[in-house]
Amino acid sequence: MSIFQYVVLKINGEDRPVMIRSADTLLEVLRNELGLTGSKPGCLNGDCGACTVIVDGKPMKSCLMLGVEGTGKEITTIEGLQGTAIQQAFVEYFAFQCGYCTPGYIMNCQSLIENEPKATDEKISEWLKSNICRCTGYEEIETAIKSVLRESNSKDRPISRESEMD
Amino acid sequence: MIPFEFEYIKPNTLEEAVTLYERLDSEGKEPVYISGGTEIITLGRLNVLYTGAVIDLKSIPECHVMTRENDRLVLGGCCPLTEVENANPFPLLTSASKEVADHTARTKITLGGNICANIFYREAVLPFLLAESTVTIMGPDGKKTLPINDLFDQTLQLNKGEFLVHITTDISSTKAPFFHMKRRKQWTTGYPLITVSGMKKDGDIRIAISGLCPFPFRSERIESCINDRFNSVEERVSSALQQLPGPILNDTEGSDQFRIFTLKNILSDLVKTLEGVDH
Repeated sequence: MSIFQYVVLKINGEDRPVMIRSADTLLEVLRNELGLTGSKPGCLNGDCGACTVIVDGKPMKSCLMLGVEGTGKEITTIEGLQGTAIQQAFVEYFAFQCGYCTPGYIMNCQSLIENEPKATDEKISEWLKSNICRCTGYEEIETAIKSVLRESNSKDRPISRESEMD
Repeated sequence: MIPFEFEYIKPNTLEEAVTLYERLDSEGKEPVYISGGTEIITLGRLNVLYTGAVIDLKSIPECHVMTRENDRLVLGGCCPLTEVENANPFPLLTSASKEVADHTARTKITLGGNICANIFYREAVLPFLLAESTVTIMGPDGKKTLPINDLFDQTLQLNKGEFLVHITTDISSTKAPFFHMKRRKQWTTGYPLITVSGMKKDGDIRIAISGLCPFPFRSERIESCINDRFNSVEERVSSALQQLPGPILNDTEGSDQFRIFTLKNILSDLVKTLEGVDH
């Protein structure tokens, strides 16, 4: 046993071998060791959600998870999302201002869309309370997520990352 | 960044975890068990918590159970709070859990991690204190099961090398009428000001409180006042407030007097709600 560990993390569908401190958070591993700087450091205390990624299909604040805990899990960062409905909706509805919180919001929204395609207003509120936008663009973010869920439900199929790539 | 180094080990059995703990302890590593593991990061980076070795309990099957055995519900200490909420086997627990931190954080925070946390709110314990659940713990002396109300005194009283395996609750208690109220200073996302859980069982009201003192508690003296039906609700609440343990928190979330004022109103609502239902 050592204070350093050689791990292979599966990130955005690729195996990424890396030597890390056991004490490194997943956020630090992503940004400092793997160059995936889309996940943003904010509070580093699990409060703001700017560092949110998806781990085994669930939203996860990467500042609250050790990098070594990621072994054997499917990790998706903002770099792993391309051309998804929620990304398009954020652009269409101006759901960002400075953009710093945006990757975290998009990852949480994407996970919500995949896990709760028929989410109620209450459920949307419950999930999105996990993120903070200091520019206070909440209304536009709400409009964006609701537009994707509405579209998804009108087609009666969830808009997942897989279906986006069809 | 966590400003100190530690080893990270993930045992697969209860026995392996304890053996690891004893060895690492003998090496002066000051080992800690984690399940969700959020506090090792949030407190570790502030140098409030130190360890030279982290033993992650998440791979131990007994710590992950969520099952019904005869007339009892068994919940593992490593169950994430969101998993417990989604399964919803104990509605009062779901209500309490949904108010902890936020949804994303609760995919990481576990039942055992919250109950054994250093942060003083530890709200997930309130339903179990009311339901008079039993806790199964593992340690150097093996596995043992005890009533939670015997083991929980401000914190879960674990000896060196012991950890929470699972919590067992009678199904009848999980179905009892309940009340749960959390008040915050700021909107619905701020840190807690005060949280009160109530349950009506065998005709009497049970009450457990977090955020009033620097520890969660259930008080028989408070319950005795509240269940004295010869007096009005106002009189019962007033006498219950004379039985509060101390110290009452007085911090940036609220003064001690504001907390007591808030508690008074919540207790009145609790009594009116639970006395209106039969059980």
